[in-house]
Amino acid sequence: MQRLQALLAATLIGAAIGASAQAPIKIGFIAELSGPQGALGQDQYDAFMLVVEQNGGKLGGVPVQVLREDSQLKPEVATQIVDKLIEKENVPIITGITFSNVMMAVHKKITDKEVFLIGSNAGPAPIAGAQCSPYAFITSWQNDNQAEVVGKYATDKGYKRVIGMAPNYQAGKDFIAGFKRFFKGEVIDEIYTPLNQPDFSAELAQVSAKNPDAIYVFYPGGLGVNFVRQYKQAGLAGKVPLLSTSTTDGSTLPAQKEDALGVISGTFWGPDFNNPVNRKFVDDFEKKFNRIPSQYAAQSYDAALLLDSAIGKVKGNVADKKAFMAALKAADFKSLRGDFKFNNNNFPIQDMYVFEVAKDGKGRVSLKTVSAPLKSHQDAYHAQCALK
Amino acid sequence: MTVGLFLTQVLNGLQLGILLFLLAAGLTLVFGIMNFVNLAHGSLYMMGAYFAATVFERTGSFVLAGLIGIPATMLLGVIVERVALTRLYRRDHLDQVLATFGLILFFNELVRIIWGPASVYMNAPAALSGTVELFGLRYPSYRFAIIGVGLAVGLALYVLIHRTRIGMLIRAGATHPEIVAAMGVNVRRLNTLVFGLGAALAGLAGLMAGPIVSVQSGMGEPILILTLVVIVTGGIGSIRGAFYGALIVGVVDTFGRAFLPTLLREFVERSLAQAAGPAIASMLIYVLMAVVLAIRPQGLFPVRHG
Repeated sequence: MQRLQALLAATLIGAAIGASAQAPIKIGFIAELSGPQGALGQDQYDAFMLVVEQNGGKLGGVPVQVLREDSQLKPEVATQIVDKLIEKENVPIITGITFSNVMMAVHKKITDKEVFLIGSNAGPAPIAGAQCSPYAFITSWQNDNQAEVVGKYATDKGYKRVIGMAPNYQAGKDFIAGFKRFFKGEVIDEIYTPLNQPDFSAELAQVSAKNPDAIYVFYPGGLGVNFVRQYKQAGLAGKVPLLSTSTTDGSTLPAQKEDALGVISGTFWGPDFNNPVNRKFVDDFEKKFNRIPSQYAAQSYDAALLLDSAIGKVKGNVADKKAFMAALKAADFKSLRGDFKFNNNNFPIQDMYVFEVAKDGKGRVSLKTVSAPLKSHQDAYHAQCALK
Repeated sequence: MTVGLFLTQVLNGLQLGILLFLLAAGLTLVFGIMNFVNLAHGSLYMMGAYFAATVFERTGSFVLAGLIGIPATMLLGVIVERVALTRLYRRDHLDQVLATFGLILFFNELVRIIWGPASVYMNAPAALSGTVELFGLRYPSYRFAIIGVGLAVGLALYVLIHRTRIGMLIRAGATHPEIVAAMGVNVRRLNTLVFGLGAALAGLAGLMAGPIVSVQSGMGEPILILTLVVIVTGGIGSIRGAFYGALIVGVVDTFGRAFLPTLLREFVERSLAQAAGPAIASMLIYVLMAVVLAIRPQGLFPVRHG
């Protein structure tokens, strides 16, 4: 009997040792997963988990455990989540982060603790410039990039008089400023609407009366659905070209459908990119979730691929922070967007594209690549970052 | 500024006002007659929009969306009233606010679970998707339709409240609830009827707003705040007050948004006007409400007593 007990104990200890050798790397995932903007975070999460599942629950050959947290678009909630993830769960890596105000609340908190932050959406200017950190890597863009490329496009098209419209808050002003940085014509008016204003009838009447060459707008999420529909209903679609950022993307097109046809937008990636990694991603994503992946999904998929490559390089030993940092910086993975490398501030240097809303091969309303006005584009703030 | 642009903005103001009226009518009745603060009225509007959008997506018919969406919202309103709200009639206003605020959270999460976090597709019927030429400016025909529907509803409500027996009871209930009960009228049933009517109007507002604003979780809150401003400005419990109050709020809000930034630019430099204009414009209706409350606390068009 005693021998049996000893045997049992030995087996249990053995199992425990075995388990600790197999202990998964914990990865905190924070995004907006509820409320009106929950669609963005859901796409980020679904795409990240797609990579993890396809690799049999592993990244870089090492089992990972993803802790999913909803920051509810509240910076104070996000900081509490960060405390919990770092102090209680001891996560070495946090990824996701949907909104810039949430990013600003958690960026310093995470990187000060020397926890790696792989941001897959928000890229506010301060963290690309003076407040940059060697522990933060962004797989999406610096916010302004998506406006700058549209500004360059408008210049290339020879538009002279453009009206800018955006919600009256920091990001709205940043995007208009980004557009103006690369637009050589005149912005004859800038209209800022309250963030919670759903109806643009008064403003559209003003726009219509001024008859500009084009209009540039930034209306994310539900606001974009409202704006695009009302633009069409006001008879402006097809008459005044509508240029945009984050207004017609994978999260809003299902609600805009044909009303959005012809709208121009700028970002780094589109579902029609014809490279093997992207074709596989789009196919797999559509098969599993029955919808066209948005750019938010693509950014997060790349974040998972980046982690896959870096964790593999350090053979799962993410505690060796210097080695892991170098492995992340190397960005040795095949990105959905084609060429990918990190700038000195750990933001991507990448081609920025312009897209038009059009029907795809299956007759669905989607994004069609038009051109790449900005090649190997760097953000405007990287020189202010002390990193090399 | 041309005459055409001015008239377009008048129409825009009327259209916003009419949409607010559809919501304010129901809210003010419930407030005035049942003395009940129902913050969840915006949620009924949202549910109406979702019901209509779902039918529209399946059938492609806007009329069918209305025929199914509005009664469905009414039914939902009656169920909510019977299950949850009847327990709160005797409690004080703070409890009612707390409970109906809970309902807002409940419905917002419910639609997210059922329909998902992204907005749902809904569009104007093909016949109304174009524009009408007006003084050299084009005006969306769908917005004309909203104005038409709203005026028709206003007329129907006027007839219902002032020319029918039910309307008489509703009016009496607003001013002398104890006597109405003492006369042997089933106040409980009257309450349910009023609440159902309000819910149906909220559903109609949701249907009409669906093609303009995005149908999504939380769409009821911004408009609920405007609606509260309307009924406070117009006079609580008064349909007439809701109607005129809604039109005033709609026109003031639209004119502020349309002309204030340009007007400001005459006095201060451009960048300041661009920043301050929309901020002041969005405050205008609250300033209006504050002035009304200071001068006529009972509202501009209160219920006539006696």
